Amino acid sequence: MDLTYIPLYAVLVSLAAVPFILLSSKKPNLREFWTILAGVIKFLLVLALLPSALQGNVIELELLEIAPNLPLVLKADTFGVFFAIIASGLWILTSFYSIGYMRGHHEKKQTRYFASFAICLSSTIGIAFSGNLLTFIIFYEMLTLATYPLVIHSETKKGIAAGRKYLSYTLSAGLLLIAAAAITYSITGTLEFVPGGIFGDTDLSNSMAVVIFLLFLGGVGVKAGIMPLHSWLPSAMAAPTPVSALLHAVAVVKSGVFGVIRVVGFIFGPEMMAEFGLNEILMVLAGITIIVASLLAFAQDNLKRRLAYSTIGQLSYIVLGAALLTETGLIGSIMHISFHATMKITLFFCAGAIMVNLHKKNISDMNGIARVMPWTMAAFTIGSMGLAGIPPLNGFVSKWYLASGALEGGMILPVIILVISGLLNVGYFFPIIHRAYFRKGGPELEGHTEASPFMVVPLFSTAVLSILFGLNPDLFFNFFDMATSIASSIFNPL
Amino acid sequence: MIGSEIPALIPVTYILFAILIPVIGLWKREITWHLSLLGTGTATFFSAWGFMHLIQTGETIRYFFGGWAPPIGIEFVYDGLAAFIVLVINAIAFLVLIHSKEISKVEFPGKKLAYYTVSMLLMLGFNGMVLTGDLFNLYVFLEISSLSSYALIAIGEKRAPYAAFRYLIIGTVGGSLYLLGVGFLYTVTGTLNIIDMHVMLPQVIGHSSVIAALILMIIGVGVKAALFPLHGWLPDSYTFASSTSSALIAPIGTKVAAYILFRVVLFLFGVELIDHQLPVTTIIGIFAGIGILYGSIMAIAQSEMKKMLAYSSVSQIGYIIMGLSLANPFGFIGAVLHILNHAMMKALLFLVSGSIRLKEGHSLITKFDNSYRKKYPWTMAAFTTAAISMVGLPPLAGFFSKWYLALGTIDNSNWLLLAVILISSLLNAVYFFRILEKIYLNNPDTESTEETEVVERDEVGFTMMFPMAVMAIGLLLVGIFNAYIVNVIFNMFPAGF
Repeated sequence: MDLTYIPLYAVLVSLAAVPFILLSSKKPNLREFWTILAGVIKFLLVLALLPSALQGNVIELELLEIAPNLPLVLKADTFGVFFAIIASGLWILTSFYSIGYMRGHHEKKQTRYFASFAICLSSTIGIAFSGNLLTFIIFYEMLTLATYPLVIHSETKKGIAAGRKYLSYTLSAGLLLIAAAAITYSITGTLEFVPGGIFGDTDLSNSMAVVIFLLFLGGVGVKAGIMPLHSWLPSAMAAPTPVSALLHAVAVVKSGVFGVIRVVGFIFGPEMMAEFGLNEILMVLAGITIIVASLLAFAQDNLKRRLAYSTIGQLSYIVLGAALLTETGLIGSIMHISFHATMKITLFFCAGAIMVNLHKKNISDMNGIARVMPWTMAAFTIGSMGLAGIPPLNGFVSKWYLASGALEGGMILPVIILVISGLLNVGYFFPIIHRAYFRKGGPELEGHTEASPFMVVPLFSTAVLSILFGLNPDLFFNFFDMATSIASSIFNPL
Repeated sequence: MIGSEIPALIPVTYILFAILIPVIGLWKREITWHLSLLGTGTATFFSAWGFMHLIQTGETIRYFFGGWAPPIGIEFVYDGLAAFIVLVINAIAFLVLIHSKEISKVEFPGKKLAYYTVSMLLMLGFNGMVLTGDLFNLYVFLEISSLSSYALIAIGEKRAPYAAFRYLIIGTVGGSLYLLGVGFLYTVTGTLNIIDMHVMLPQVIGHSSVIAALILMIIGVGVKAALFPLHGWLPDSYTFASSTSSALIAPIGTKVAAYILFRVVLFLFGVELIDHQLPVTTIIGIFAGIGILYGSIMAIAQSEMKKMLAYSSVSQIGYIIMGLSLANPFGFIGAVLHILNHAMMKALLFLVSGSIRLKEGHSLITKFDNSYRKKYPWTMAAFTTAAISMVGLPPLAGFFSKWYLALGTIDNSNWLLLAVILISSLLNAVYFFRILEKIYLNNPDTESTEETEVVERDEVGFTMMFPMAVMAIGLLLVGIFNAYIVNVIFNMFPAGF
């Protein structure tokens, strides 16, 4: 089978759905049908790339030369397919969930919402399949713009303020990335993503290397939520919950960490990272972010904000794994991209279900809710245990690899950070579970039952996925095999 | 072969129509608009033809007027750069004049005859400036275009004549300085032909009057280009002039002046020659950088859309001049590409402001609200495209000129100017997203009136929508296919690149 054009179709299919979504704004069922249809097609297209990705093949499609010697390239390598599977797979679940949430919450402007969502997914898959940095930047900026209408969806003062903050962070980041790309291009003459890096033997002064790296880090670090560039994320929780779930736990923030790994593994390469001590910069920032974000999570009473801080901490696990510069560490880091996605999306789905069903946003009001929403809270418990790294959930697997990667590199401190952070995770999730199960609920809970199946089915499926991946990381989609082959391609370039 | 006559045909077309419009217009006043379209359309056609011809043959056309060979006669030099600029300005003028049909009925009723005649003269001046190979002839065309633009600016709001008078004073000083510089050069070299003088200059470069001439010419043309700090005339002129005049002069006028700077600095003198005497390019670069930031910050401070766009022009012209100051291939590509991009973006933005003025009677940003989104969906879509391109987000055209300029600053290790490009992009984002927020979102301060108030669609007519749509789509196409344009620009480099 000729797979050459599949990556292009995978990017375009949700974009193609946008006009249909806009045209059927008066018929909600038809409109949502287009979303689901595009989601399913997109997922199948990405899955079609899986066998070749597992064999380590790279499907490359040069679209056009957008600037002299700088083509627009889509490249479905193993890492790209890995990320695309997660994003497109979870989009289907999120679409079902969105239907339940948006209708249950009587949200306005749902057409704009579903259309922007579709554009976001096109951008995300575009990011996954970008063959060079310029293509990456184009989709990265597209993602920024497409997310904006979702962040300000409520059009309240708070929402608009969050939107401004979001834009000022992400647009500045985009500019730093452009500057970094321009400097890299003028030094190396290429912007292609090559496992092991593109700088090769170029003679680079120490300060120059650090400056370029910091520019890159500023560029991708905002979406990856690395401190001190993180504060847009808690504000962006003003968005509807499905947005927080898919974009602010999966697509947008994972594009950020995906970018970090692209920069570390495919632009600089492990050798150069070590030579100039760039990995230490990354490690220090990630370590601080993990601890501080976990501590800040304690202070949040709003459930979504607590989850946001948890996300910031968990994203830095991935960054930390990349900074370890060991193969095992990178495997852990890459697997955490997918595993954190299933866990965190579960938690956000739960938060949304509670909000729509019981109109509760704050943790302090959540006494006894497990009685009315047993399935939701069961899923919540699974997700939070996974994030704390308790076996047999998938969070344990990726953490295990992260820790062994650190030990392989002879580093103790990262392991200590991981352990402390695990305890802190337990610390800020346990009170929620305790309240939900063991405190007596107020009279306002009477008459309420579980949320709509549109929400409960997706959130329970992702919880089950978290368990299944914990038992066997290779169960579906060979996530473990893919992570291994990506890591090995970076550390043993041809 | 008509191909070799193109350089003469373009200005002759404008002369012809500058005569035809008043003659026929006196008899049938309502067709002046059609005649002006025919004029600019014909000129655009010739420019496009000539441009294609030039790409195919790759030969510069030197057209000697009356068969008198230079340096005795006057010649027009139709090289890649001139052909490109001529095509850009004529096409933009054509589109802007299409848009002017409705505007002319409201903003200058009864003055259509004079207006369209003068606009033909304006275009004659601009085309002549670009094409001529003779420094004194250039001054003549400069004055033709300047006098026409004073007149066009004066046709506008109440305060327009005052703004035009101010421009007249400053502009005349600028023109005189340029002429003085030309005189100095003539006394030393004995020629006025650019190509001829370029050959002679290395022998007389040590002469103090040559240096004086260079400085005078840069300042003189700098006034016309609104290079910071010589931009004082610009904001008021663009704001108070009629919407069509702003849309006509803003994208074209300063670009042509910037082009003259290119001719003087890169083609007449050559960078190596002058940088041995004076760090001219460095100084220009500093002023361009300050101008970029100053223009952007002032644009943020404005509450009137046209004034905001005017300050934005001061900033954007800085990009073009910055490309010149970098004096390397990337900088040159970025600048030339930005001439095209900014001409399209700024023309489009001024047309949008004109459309809003026509419909709403004002263009005060503070009064914008989200009913515009429903009333003028396509106009607002065009505005959004231009805004995103101005901010410089890929894959729209604005990104790529900035990309090449950034590469140019890196080539020179000029980190300061790189930072200027980045910061000004952010400032652009501030003043454009401020408007987008107002157009697309509910005002959270007012009580939610949504659903209660039904807003009828009230989109502008075809003659206004068509030029805006062409430019908006053009921004996307130029962005995606900019490699083709850049490959053409590769053939425009001055000697020594």
